[in-house]
Amino acid sequence: MTAVALARTRFAPAALGLFSFVVLIALVELLIRIGLINRFIVPMPSDIIAAFPRVVVEEHVLQRFLLTASEAFSASILVTIFGVAGGVLLHRYRLLRLATETWVAAVAAAPLVLMYPLYLVIFGRSALTIVMMGFTAGLAPIVLKTLEGLSGTRRVLINVGRSFSLTASQQFWKILFPAALPTIFVGLRLGLIFSLINIVGVEFLINFGGLGQLINELAERYDLPGTYAAICFVILVSICVFIIMERLERWLRPAD
Amino acid sequence: MAQTGRLILPASKPFGVPLRPVTTLRILIIAAVLVGWEALAASGLLYRDVVPSLLAIVRALVATLRDPAFYFHLGTTAYEIGIAMLIGGLSGLAVGIALGGSKFLSRAYEAYLYYLGPCPKIIFFPIMIMWFGVGPGSKIAMGAISCFFPVALNAAGGMREIDKVLIRVGRSFRASTWQMVSKIYLPAMRHPVINGVRLGLGVALIGTLLAETKLSNRGIGFLVIQAYSIFNMPQMYALLIILFVISIGANSLIGRIGRLDSIKRN
Repeated sequence: MTAVALARTRFAPAALGLFSFVVLIALVELLIRIGLINRFIVPMPSDIIAAFPRVVVEEHVLQRFLLTASEAFSASILVTIFGVAGGVLLHRYRLLRLATETWVAAVAAAPLVLMYPLYLVIFGRSALTIVMMGFTAGLAPIVLKTLEGLSGTRRVLINVGRSFSLTASQQFWKILFPAALPTIFVGLRLGLIFSLINIVGVEFLINFGGLGQLINELAERYDLPGTYAAICFVILVSICVFIIMERLERWLRPAD
Repeated sequence: MAQTGRLILPASKPFGVPLRPVTTLRILIIAAVLVGWEALAASGLLYRDVVPSLLAIVRALVATLRDPAFYFHLGTTAYEIGIAMLIGGLSGLAVGIALGGSKFLSRAYEAYLYYLGPCPKIIFFPIMIMWFGVGPGSKIAMGAISCFFPVALNAAGGMREIDKVLIRVGRSFRASTWQMVSKIYLPAMRHPVINGVRLGLGVALIGTLLAETKLSNRGIGFLVIQAYSIFNMPQMYALLIILFVISIGANSLIGRIGRLDSIKRN
């Protein structure tokens, strides 16, 4: 098989990606073993892999994961209810939308996570601070996307509703809301990802809670392979969540 | 392409609603929030100083802005973010061009960037401390990592959207790689790149400042966490207001730079 033909096969790029990743890890291992990279700064990948079972068992990773998941779940419920309701409210009251839409967009662009010391003072060093931080971070995208979805409803669909003399409530539940669902799902995915990032980040910063705290604790103990293993674990969990959310969004989204 | 370059100017009567009631409502909302805040501060329902009086916040804001030490910390943070943007932005641009220019490379590596992009970057901070020390180096690294992903992904997307005719024109003139990048690729993909830089600046700001709050002895993030440590709530509010104004201002400034080009073209 020629190089060009190989390049055209479906799995060749994915294989190259994986191969490069493995080569990079092997190279780091080699450089550490021959002393070019200081092993007290970068632990050997083999040590990191060996640390995985230890971290999982001794550091109660499952309980920590469930704690982070429960915080993320609480924040998701809050952010979905208030985000969608906020979008519907702004769509329903045109004047309110004109007055505040730019403010909501500005809030979405602001580095809200920096308010975590303020939340620490208000809610204390507790899970509530973490949940509220996740809620704050995920709210604006859901409000904006709900508003965008409702406003983007095709005129012809609204006219169909009017021609059937639907009440305002029927018009909303039968026409506007179903038409806006695809865009609302995009907003939910974005908002929930923002929430999750902030939840893990604040757990790390305030040294409280689940997976974020695990990294902080291991780093403070100077358990290098453990720290790297915990970081890899959090990345893997995040990637799994992103993939599941993406699939869920595609599955729930009605066909266009 | 004509559609992407169209500038939508704000109408004086959007949706048929005159401007006056909108302004009135805005003023009413702001007034209600301020009055509600002051009432809450005076009520004593929350712990003292958690919601300080507006006067105390304004006083702290003026004192912070008049304090020369604040500008030293602001300069430190600006320096860290500037270097982080330079490193993360340029490397992101180079990787984005390489991935966007080759379907094979894109299918091999872009998924890694796509899924690593939204991961919480602050968890890399312990590693950055070990690699670059507790000084500005680790904060710059945090900012650079944060900024790299949005710039690379936007540049790769922008590169794929370049009109193939432009690329063929460049090749028919036998342009070198550098000439292709500077004369064809970058001008043609400026909108997604500017958008990537806008997003990158936002996350670089977060990455750098959060790192400063975690472990630092200088910078605005350090000032925020110091205000928390000594329970100087008016100063914390003042610093957060300044930070939000700066970040929202910088965000809209880059957005405007992107739109300026559209105005010229129209």
